[in-house]
Amino acid sequence: MSPILGIYASQISGHLVTNNYASIATVTVGSGGASSITFSSIPSTYTHLQIRAMARSTESGSTNTNAFFQFNGDTGSNYSEHQLAGDGSSASGSAGTSQVWAYTGLTTGNSSSANMYGAFIVDVLDYANGNKNKTIKTLSGNDQNGSGYVLFRSGAWYSTSAISSIVITPGGGSWQQYSSFALYGVK
Amino acid sequence: MASAATYTPIATQTLGSSASSVTFSSIPSTYTDLVLVANAGISTTGAILAVFNSDTGTNYSYTRVYGNGTAATSDRFTNQPAMDLGYFSTSLGNISITHFMNYSNTSTYKTTLTRWNTTSYTTAEVGLWRNTSAITTIVINGSFGYNLIAGSTFTLYGIAAA
Repeated sequence: MSPILGIYASQISGHLVTNNYASIATVTVGSGGASSITFSSIPSTYTHLQIRAMARSTESGSTNTNAFFQFNGDTGSNYSEHQLAGDGSSASGSAGTSQVWAYTGLTTGNSSSANMYGAFIVDVLDYANGNKNKTIKTLSGNDQNGSGYVLFRSGAWYSTSAISSIVITPGGGSWQQYSSFALYGVK
Repeated sequence: MASAATYTPIATQTLGSSASSVTFSSIPSTYTDLVLVANAGISTTGAILAVFNSDTGTNYSYTRVYGNGTAATSDRFTNQPAMDLGYFSTSLGNISITHFMNYSNTSTYKTTLTRWNTTSYTTAEVGLWRNTSAITTIVINGSFGYNLIAGSTFTLYGIAAA
């Protein structure tokens, strides 16, 4: 079998070239948990990034925990987002401006039933371009057999800097064991 | 950091004639995620479903949000005997892309993310299979025993993390 282009990722690129979807790094959380996940020294040799994750937090009393992204250590109010969410009975939209992080995936929390993890796929477009603010898009959700959400999110980071590091932090608590985060580059 | 090509076709099946099901078996555990791309039709308009590892117990659930050009809404199905892959019409052209996240880990239940589109709807969907087993077999069939129509194509890809 020969390696191929990414079908899903190819939706953000017009060219189908072999070897254009590459694994850059992966973090799987161990038994001690992790307060955040960091991808650093991200090479600028790709056109887009994709982060694929399945995660659960220790956030107390919660069954839904957001995953927050910060780029290049920027903790300023330089992020915004929009979302469309479905909760199993209705759809709703919301937005946030001047955030200190980008809302991306929705994972599960400490009050979720055992073994239930949320998932997200985040595309970071044109991340190495030095002339554009950065745009991200997310497909995410958790189903908990009677509760949960599915959502689309778009976000922006108002910086023209190339992205060289990404920190992924849960909205509460820490990332639980078996949470997994994988970073890919798309040429 | 490692940098290796990693989006690999595992198998493709195109139906030469209508069939009750399509099976992907002996799925290797060497990938991190699976992606199933379907361009398919069904003998009577309805859902196309997937059963993992022959589990037909009521261990599947899914939540959807969809828009029809006028409004957006959401629904949920609990304790189902199969995973939803989307709604398909009696002609080819409806598409579905399902991501099986961490399908080979044996510590967590399995979560899927699906996008599917018809001429009437665009949809996002999250699914749960309440089982910690690695997924080794996927059987795809039409709801209510409807046949998958000739020309339907199903391709399974593997994504391997560093």
